[in-house]
Amino acid sequence: MTFLELKDLRIHFPSDDGLVKSVDGLSFRLERGKTLGIVGESGSGKSVTSLGILGLHKGGRAKISGEIWLDGEELVSASAEHVRTLRGKKMAMIFQDPLSAMHPFYTVGAQIMEAYRIHHDVSKKVARKHAIEMLDRVGIPQPDRRVDSHPHEFSGGMRQRAMIAMALSCDPELLIADEPTTALDVTVQAQILDLMRDLQRDFNAALIIITHDLGVVAELSDDILVMYAGKAIEYGTAEDIFERPEHPYTWGLLGSMPRLDRERTERLLPIKGSPPSLINVPSGCAFHPRCVYADRTGGRSTSDVPELLESEGGHLVRCHLSRDVRRAVWENEIKPNLEAS
Amino acid sequence: MTAPLDPTAPAVVAAPSGLPAGTIQGRSLGQIAWMRLKRDKVAMGGAVVVVLLILIAIFAPVLVGWFGHPPNEFHQEMIDPSTMTPKGGTGISGDFLFGVEPLNGRDIFSRVLYGARISLLIAFFATLLSVVIGTVMGVVAGFFGGWVDTLISRAMDAFLAFPLLVFSLALIGVLAQFETSLAVKGDTLRILLLIFVIGFFNWPYIGRIIRGQTLSLREREFVDAARSLGARGPYILFREILPNLIAPVLIYATLLIPTNVLFEAALSFLGVGIPAPTATWGGMLSDAVKYYTVPHFMFFPGMAIFITVLAFNLFGDGLRDALDPKSSR
Repeated sequence: MTFLELKDLRIHFPSDDGLVKSVDGLSFRLERGKTLGIVGESGSGKSVTSLGILGLHKGGRAKISGEIWLDGEELVSASAEHVRTLRGKKMAMIFQDPLSAMHPFYTVGAQIMEAYRIHHDVSKKVARKHAIEMLDRVGIPQPDRRVDSHPHEFSGGMRQRAMIAMALSCDPELLIADEPTTALDVTVQAQILDLMRDLQRDFNAALIIITHDLGVVAELSDDILVMYAGKAIEYGTAEDIFERPEHPYTWGLLGSMPRLDRERTERLLPIKGSPPSLINVPSGCAFHPRCVYADRTGGRSTSDVPELLESEGGHLVRCHLSRDVRRAVWENEIKPNLEAS
Repeated sequence: MTAPLDPTAPAVVAAPSGLPAGTIQGRSLGQIAWMRLKRDKVAMGGAVVVVLLILIAIFAPVLVGWFGHPPNEFHQEMIDPSTMTPKGGTGISGDFLFGVEPLNGRDIFSRVLYGARISLLIAFFATLLSVVIGTVMGVVAGFFGGWVDTLISRAMDAFLAFPLLVFSLALIGVLAQFETSLAVKGDTLRILLLIFVIGFFNWPYIGRIIRGQTLSLREREFVDAARSLGARGPYILFREILPNLIAPVLIYATLLIPTNVLFEAALSFLGVGIPAPTATWGGMLSDAVKYYTVPHFMFFPGMAIFITVLAFNLFGDGLRDALDPKSSR
């Protein structure tokens, strides 16, 4: 049985200007011990998806349809109270900015203790011992003293470690990390990513990493899902996405990413234009106004919504260009440019 | 954007700085605010005066016993019978520190001191009432949103649109008519009435502020983080949101007290406060209007109101700067 499976998940927000289709028909699967990277620009629906899996949109204004199966249970139709009992214990989240995600008034230890005591009926003493163990586990030095520090006394990296300790305190099987390293500086990012990989191995958790940073997913992910305007536009193994990407948007992301193996004199290639409005999504392929290759689809890119189709061995692409054209463009036009120096 | 990271980079753990334990003490936000407040001389001056005023109000009978005469004791011997004004203009002497009232020669010093009791008592409890109602309503409106929010917000608008002064005059006047049929009578009844009227009609000011704060706190990431760990609604309300409201509640309570002192004085001045002969600052001012030739009669209660309001405002401003340094300057 698949551990986590999304089937045609849709999360729409009614607004005064119209319906905001933040997530529009998203499906994927994830097994225990595996890591899925979800990549996309701001507003592509990455974070809304993660909050949706956790059920944090429930009771709000969001209209949610589709299915979320977690370990044999369907969550979209489950009661809000039942989903609450799963949060923390079965699934947990690491937030982008640990300074704003931790309560400024309480000590780090108190917050981890509270997280533990939500699901475990134990004394404060036991919870404190557990908190110290968790801080030790995420590599915070002198955890028995640091447990009584406030979040603002920690450095950014230590705070993110503490945040991870909090998320892991009830041993969740699904861990969602929303931009876990964006608020950190580059040297600390590497440490946090290493830590997350180690912890995932130890806890055998399924991990979803949400980021706009391909460097981060390259580091950790088994599979990668590229999102655009609330839809998956390319899905495949990390190797598929980095070695044989087939969607023009993915090429754009790769072209705009700085790489150590390229000459520094070379300019990065930004993707022209800006992300589309989620209220008036462009007709046909949502990416067509920004797509350099739209004219090669024979006009279909503006009229028909492309399907997410299998290219080869589980590698899915949502594009009107034929597979042969895509491969030819990648091999002849894109790849040489990325590798040239 | 980050370059693909070198996976072989060792996870370097920041080494402890090597300082002996206890050299650097962590400070909670409360301790930091207290340090800022202590550095603010003006606010601390205000705080000292506030504390003094409270002590004076509490120990008014003792102080009057030492330095004055009972507040309702007539001293006709101090009055010049031809003009009905104090002998020698003010009557100020070692015996009567602030002089005596015209007409009946009551000791202004002890009346000002006793007036502080009424003023502060009413201002404190009216503020407490406003703060309790305002905080509960504001938090409920902000936290639950939807139709609850709409209902409470409209109620606040209605309360704010009320012609409070006129209404208070009418209400207190009418209720006083039923004095004989009520369980409490005399000054106690009037004090309770004033506390109720002043407190009950001022809650929307603080309610609005708390509602706005709650709305923005509800969307903060630490609330999402607590929910993502399975926290229940009451936990989020009491443990995550309420502690963040302590600062605005404290600040606005401190700033509401002087407003209420003024309002009570205004009502007493207009004759619907505590009835004579009980000493109140507003009532003394009202009496003094008739004797503009004896300015000291107006000066002392006026100064008492002025100093009280100023001290609370200075302290409140300093408190706001200390608790929320981003709010001003």
